[in-house]
Amino acid sequence: MKVLLAVSHVPDTTSKIRFVNKDSEFDKTDIQYIISPFDELALTRLLQIKEQIGGMHITAVTVGGADVDPTIRKALAIGADDAVRVDAEPTDALFVARQIAEVFKNGEFDFVMTGKESIDFTGNQVGEMVAEFLNIPSVASAASLELNGNIATIIREIDGGKEVIETPMPFVTSGQKGIAKEPRIPNMRGIMMARKKPLNVVPAVEQAAHTKVVKFTMPESRGACKMIDADNPAELIRLLHEEAKVL
Amino acid sequence: MDFNLSEEHLMIQKAARDFARTELLPGVIERDDNAIKPIEQIKRMQELGFMGMMVDPKYGGGGMDTISYVLAMEEISKVDSSASVMMSVNNSLVCWGLENYGTEAQKQKYLVPLASGKAIGAFALSEPEAGSDATKQHTIAKDMGDHYVVNGIKNWITNGSDSQYYIVIAHTHPEKGHKGINAFIIEKDTPGFTVGPHENKMGMRGSHTHALMFQDCKVPKENRIGDDGFGFKFAMNTLNGGRIGIAAQALGIGQGALDLAIQYSKERKAFGKEIGHHQAIAFKLADMHTEMEAARLLIHKAAWLKDQHKDYGMAGAIAKYHAAEAAMHVTTEAVQIHGGYGYVKEYHVERLMRDAKLTQIYEGTSEIQQIVISRGLLRD
Amino acid sequence: MSVLVYTENWDGKFKKATWELISYGKAIAEQLGVPVFALTIGDVADDQLNELGKYGAEKVYHVKGEKVSKFVAASYTHAISEVAKQVGAKVVMFDHNFTGRSLAPRLAVRLDAGTVSGVVALPSSYEPFVVKRSVYSGKAFVEMQIDSEVKILSLMPNSYKVSENPIPISIEAIDLDIADELLKAVPVRVEKIEGKIPLTEAEIIVSAGRGMKASDNWGMIEELASILGAGLACSRPVSDEGWRGHDEHVGQTGKLVHPNLYFAIGISGAIQHLAGVNSSKVMVAINNDVEAPFFEAAHYGIVGDAFEIVPKLIEAVKEFKAAQ
Repeated sequence: MKVLLAVSHVPDTTSKIRFVNKDSEFDKTDIQYIISPFDELALTRLLQIKEQIGGMHITAVTVGGADVDPTIRKALAIGADDAVRVDAEPTDALFVARQIAEVFKNGEFDFVMTGKESIDFTGNQVGEMVAEFLNIPSVASAASLELNGNIATIIREIDGGKEVIETPMPFVTSGQKGIAKEPRIPNMRGIMMARKKPLNVVPAVEQAAHTKVVKFTMPESRGACKMIDADNPAELIRLLHEEAKVL
Repeated sequence: MDFNLSEEHLMIQKAARDFARTELLPGVIERDDNAIKPIEQIKRMQELGFMGMMVDPKYGGGGMDTISYVLAMEEISKVDSSASVMMSVNNSLVCWGLENYGTEAQKQKYLVPLASGKAIGAFALSEPEAGSDATKQHTIAKDMGDHYVVNGIKNWITNGSDSQYYIVIAHTHPEKGHKGINAFIIEKDTPGFTVGPHENKMGMRGSHTHALMFQDCKVPKENRIGDDGFGFKFAMNTLNGGRIGIAAQALGIGQGALDLAIQYSKERKAFGKEIGHHQAIAFKLADMHTEMEAARLLIHKAAWLKDQHKDYGMAGAIAKYHAAEAAMHVTTEAVQIHGGYGYVKEYHVERLMRDAKLTQIYEGTSEIQQIVISRGLLRD
Repeated sequence: MSVLVYTENWDGKFKKATWELISYGKAIAEQLGVPVFALTIGDVADDQLNELGKYGAEKVYHVKGEKVSKFVAASYTHAISEVAKQVGAKVVMFDHNFTGRSLAPRLAVRLDAGTVSGVVALPSSYEPFVVKRSVYSGKAFVEMQIDSEVKILSLMPNSYKVSENPIPISIEAIDLDIADELLKAVPVRVEKIEGKIPLTEAEIIVSAGRGMKASDNWGMIEELASILGAGLACSRPVSDEGWRGHDEHVGQTGKLVHPNLYFAIGISGAIQHLAGVNSSKVMVAINNDVEAPFFEAAHYGIVGDAFEIVPKLIEAVKEFKAAQ
């Protein structure tokens, strides 16, 4: 079984967010990059399944310049078997999804997995777009994935509950919290092997991006926290009603 | 000159950091409090390959350099130095000694399980009457022709009750002084070998330290490491490398305390501002950071020399001496910065301070490092 | 030409988020000088459909039948795409909820359209078309320009005020042929959690952290949430400990939420947690540690023992509700 895992390269969760170039670009100075945590959870789940059923080949794919190689090699260190980097700046979700769909078409994969969103743009878009480019089923926000032969059983979170979905291969699913408990920590052997695993760099196919960043802005800073006496929570309710007008 | 860490180094550092945060931090206070061994955690460290990092992959190790090892050591020691001392002994004393001086048969039989995480090892040099002065071994290994018979007591042995294999230093020819010393691999189940109760220590309480008793223990000839009389050199060479690991442990303990002190200094307010904005605290932090950064550079240099197969004896001693002293100072200051909170267990820094003390004592006290360093300076 | 709003229904009913979406669509449509049409899929009674007119929808396209009785992303995308083409939609709108997150991206590929998800305000410009959304897990906002002919947006719940704009509405039933090819990923079972308010659309969220000490202590948190009509959430350590389900974990690696009012009880306020809740309009922190970072982010704070404060707060809310 061959699985394509799409990973994105994002600033570490503790990063301070700053912008440059008249607030049109993210300031990469001193930023540590990681695999987006939801992608890491998805990979962890795939490895668990692989250990259970055997015979699974996991290809990690990402879109980016050579600067993202360490991030994709991290996926190899954790346990992906090989990797593909589509050599292009990831301009927008549509562009990225198209590239991943092309890699899928060229590789006889059985399904695609990714995280529900990258933690930088949090768009929740790429997985579903890949499915539509390939004209195959998709299940977003998967909180559980089990494989049974050619059928996947996926639990998807929906508003006010969850839905159990069965889909034949091929399909696309994006993992969210719960798909695996903790992201897997690579073992030392895996880290040393990462460079020995194939990382194929392929050119991008043409795909117009339809969105672009105009500028970034920071949230307005809040005033000082108004402290209320612990013996008088009724005062809090009054303020929430009369001052903040949220009750 | 290149101070950059490689991609693999960064990955190892991150893996060790993530492991320490997610798997060592939970319960670390309780384990220290009740002197509970981190058994499950050590098992995970074996799975992740932290217990045989530098061993050649053909013997089941990670095939990593010493820089990788000190990076992992620092991260793990920031959180739990009981786990890291167990790691240190297995990596830099037991595995390193066997890989460098063992026969192929010894490597296959002992190194492979030790490096691949299937067994733990201990290194037994200290005795009740012989700590820093390793030339005076009271443990005797009598040559009986086809085997040795070992009698004596070893003290302060890390991994004392967790190991399957023990490297034991003993005198075969007391009349020859240190040239009559040998090192042996003794298996846990050897008749006549018993492990005493663990010591009730001040710090690193999760790591159990034991006395080992040998009474007419029969040890096969093929379990001697190196030629007859090689034991002292074996022990000294092994400890040379071990110092780098303990230096990295001391660094981790100090850095862990410094990180907590910085965080606390940003959060805790006194006299209307964060205490970090009071110069008394700010300057302490500056000193602490400087000491830690110096320790790190000394350690990385010693590790680099070792990886380049250059003489690292002096560099290792300097690194260990400075890192241990710095760790003691930095952890004490971290407690001071935390004030009353620093003195209670919940805030971690008092534990780190107790742990730091041991780095000034074991694998060569600070005074022994001073001897090594000064002898190096005064040698003609 | 039109603005087409996909109005999801829950067992045949619409919600406040639906009215927000229509109101938002109407405001855009006025700027573009085109009408707003709604599209709904599944069984919805006409009187409920007529409600859409109250907020400005001129017409509702109603797709129903056995083949669309269950949500399947591919088939719903197909249905919406067919209607969007038929009505010459310039802008297609979704709620940024679990359904919208599946449909908007798929539709964007279908229509070769630019899409921006989780929009939080009306476009700041129409030529070029620029909308605002939050990025970096709520640590910043970005203004995104969409250049394609058709634009697809998903609107963050609670970010646009409902405004009534009643006009007569017509209903047009649409009969669509859905190929079996599009019905592969089929829900075999739905488990509804009754009485629980989805966090992504909750106006008020009551969230509690490790300060609650044990899962047994959640009774008062549940009670407070219940009388406030609030969604229940928790911090990461709480879900990691298994005290509460992962579905309640909010924060950077859990759910990103944006209620009008967020109560953080016994949550210290780690940067990753704040990132997930920062776009709440008003935040209240209750913590016994005056140094808890959450007080830096909160609008209102109470320092003290949650076990004493929460019961008093419950009483205060009850009195407030009674007085209303």
